[in-house]
Amino acid sequence: MYGVGGGGGGFNAPSTTAGRRRNPGDEEEDEEEEGGEGRVLEAWERAYADERSWELLQEDESGLLRPIDTKTLFHAQYRRRLLLRSAAAAAARIQKGLIRYLYIVIDLSRAASEMDYRPSRMAVVAKHEIGGSPESQIKALMGKLECSGDSSLQNALELVHGYLDQVPSYGHKEILVLYSALNTFDPGDIMETITKCKKSKIRCSVIGLAAEIFICKHLCEETGGSYTVALDESHFKELLLEHAPPPPAIAEYAAANLIKMGFPQRGAEDLISICSCHKKIKSGAEGYICPRCKVNVCELPTECRTCGLTLVSSPHLARSYHHLFPVAPFDEVTPVPNRIQRGGQICFSCQQSLFNPDGQSNLHVRCPKCNQHFCLDCDIYIHESLHNCPGCESERSITS
Amino acid sequence: MTSAHSKLYSDDVSLVVVVVDTNPFFWAAAALPFADFFAHLIHFVNSILLLNHLNRVVVIAAGVSSCAYILDSSDASPSGGVGVSDTFDRASRKAEEFIAQDARATAGNGSVASANAASLLSGALSLALCYIQRIFRSGTRHPQPRILCLQGSPDGPEQYVAVMNSIFSAQRSMVPIDSCIVGTQDSAFLQQASYITGGVYLKPQELNGLFQCLAAVFATDLHSRAFLRLPKTLGVDFRASCFCHKKTIDMGYVCSVCLSIFCKNQKKCSTCGSEFSRVMPDLNSMPDQASSQKS
Repeated sequence: MYGVGGGGGGFNAPSTTAGRRRNPGDEEEDEEEEGGEGRVLEAWERAYADERSWELLQEDESGLLRPIDTKTLFHAQYRRRLLLRSAAAAAARIQKGLIRYLYIVIDLSRAASEMDYRPSRMAVVAKHEIGGSPESQIKALMGKLECSGDSSLQNALELVHGYLDQVPSYGHKEILVLYSALNTFDPGDIMETITKCKKSKIRCSVIGLAAEIFICKHLCEETGGSYTVALDESHFKELLLEHAPPPPAIAEYAAANLIKMGFPQRGAEDLISICSCHKKIKSGAEGYICPRCKVNVCELPTECRTCGLTLVSSPHLARSYHHLFPVAPFDEVTPVPNRIQRGGQICFSCQQSLFNPDGQSNLHVRCPKCNQHFCLDCDIYIHESLHNCPGCESERSITS
Repeated sequence: MTSAHSKLYSDDVSLVVVVVDTNPFFWAAAALPFADFFAHLIHFVNSILLLNHLNRVVVIAAGVSSCAYILDSSDASPSGGVGVSDTFDRASRKAEEFIAQDARATAGNGSVASANAASLLSGALSLALCYIQRIFRSGTRHPQPRILCLQGSPDGPEQYVAVMNSIFSAQRSMVPIDSCIVGTQDSAFLQQASYITGGVYLKPQELNGLFQCLAAVFATDLHSRAFLRLPKTLGVDFRASCFCHKKTIDMGYVCSVCLSIFCKNQKKCSTCGSEFSRVMPDLNSMPDQASSQKS
């Protein structure tokens, strides 16, 4: 059992059994645990312990305090992330593993109810989505959250290993563990489980919410995943989003295959048949008809029970196309004071003025292909959510 | 990014972004002249503005070679008037300018095929979504946005990925995309858009009564839609088109690395270049798994 001595609140940071508290090579820092004391804080204490209001201020040039200009900070963070990502992708024609079977393991042990993330760690974890997961699933998950007991890393890995064994060979198997606890209570030898995962080519990554733990680091190193520890809520979100784009595919992990798939249509309304999944009578218009064996299936994506054909609808595949055709990062346009720039008056996409009320031009960006100017907020939206440059899409290219 | 949970809406206030297809190739051969169509549209815009004094309407034109903003109801007009005829004048003027400019750009770009030219739906949708994001950032009580597409030209298959990206982004921001087809053929892109985002798809029988259709179906705000019976489409065509011939297929082969769709078996993927080691048989290739699954 890999445990820690004396977990719990207070200001002392617990240590791991391996005795390694800080690795000089690591960039992640451990953070202090606050507010997990269990007694009710007075309102005046809360402002210091919980809200940490002093962190929102910083000094400006003349030594006066002012609130942090979060907008440029946010944009700078986003640009760093974007450039890292595009540099890595441009370096080599890396094949990305697009078909991923990812299991997310959320730590719901006692440690997850610690209060240092607002409102509690588990609520923070449940709130963030990894690109594209439907709203309703998140709501259902939040309704069912309750923490109790202790966390066991080995049990989780064994369970997921069992599920992932059944995955076809072209899929990339991944596990993402969101770990809040500082220890794990395991019924057996976790090293054996880790070797088993490594043999089955499952890529395990961990995002820690507390301190760095040796066993998690070992797990990630062995299986080729990434281990990161979140410093605060926004950092956690950044780390989570880093797992959203497909990781570079290690060639021997999954063979490239041509998979036969069907694209079913809805049946005619007056067709009454028995659906193959629930064995209930359904009208044809409520389900889809498999193009090969013509049975009725209720929802997509699924595998036809009768003939084994994978059935998807084209939007399911189209969701991943933006990874194949990413938008090039925009160039920053340095504002030149007191000079009107050609074409730089308003943001092309949202029509907002790019100038400050006093006539100075704000920092904005420009697309290298279509030369249109965009404001910072549109830049972030275009690269993170929309994945189309409005300027390039609004131009008919000469060759098309 | 704006989280869906934190939006504060006023129930009745809407922002409608209208995407108008101004493809001259289509309008030259259409049953309804463009000028009449535009009049129907402007009356519809004014009706929306009359429903609530806080309502806002933005009109974006999708041409053949370019897209542009035609009207923004929150702009102060240069002559100072805010009446119905004033909106009409402003919009008409800008629309004419845009169409002339678009025609010049098209003439300069000689490779556009005439009869089947598609309008730039992807560009106009992207502009609309960016404008809507600006509204979301504007404050706590903002209007509830939706997009209405008035489309006549056929779909351009080269815009498929861009249109799908816009649709998914609209779905994530919870912006419904309504569609009204003023041409003769259904648009698969807009059918999928309305289905995925929860909007309404309509192809009116009679174009002379266009204003009636628009006002009856598309004028109500999103909150009231729960109490109305609006047209439902049953037959959404979700079939994909193969990357090699662009024809619609209902069974095809998908590259496991880049997800491109092919209609025939081949040795090498043309998009990502990966060589296929062997063709997957239809059942799972592991014999022990197949037997354990079927048992």
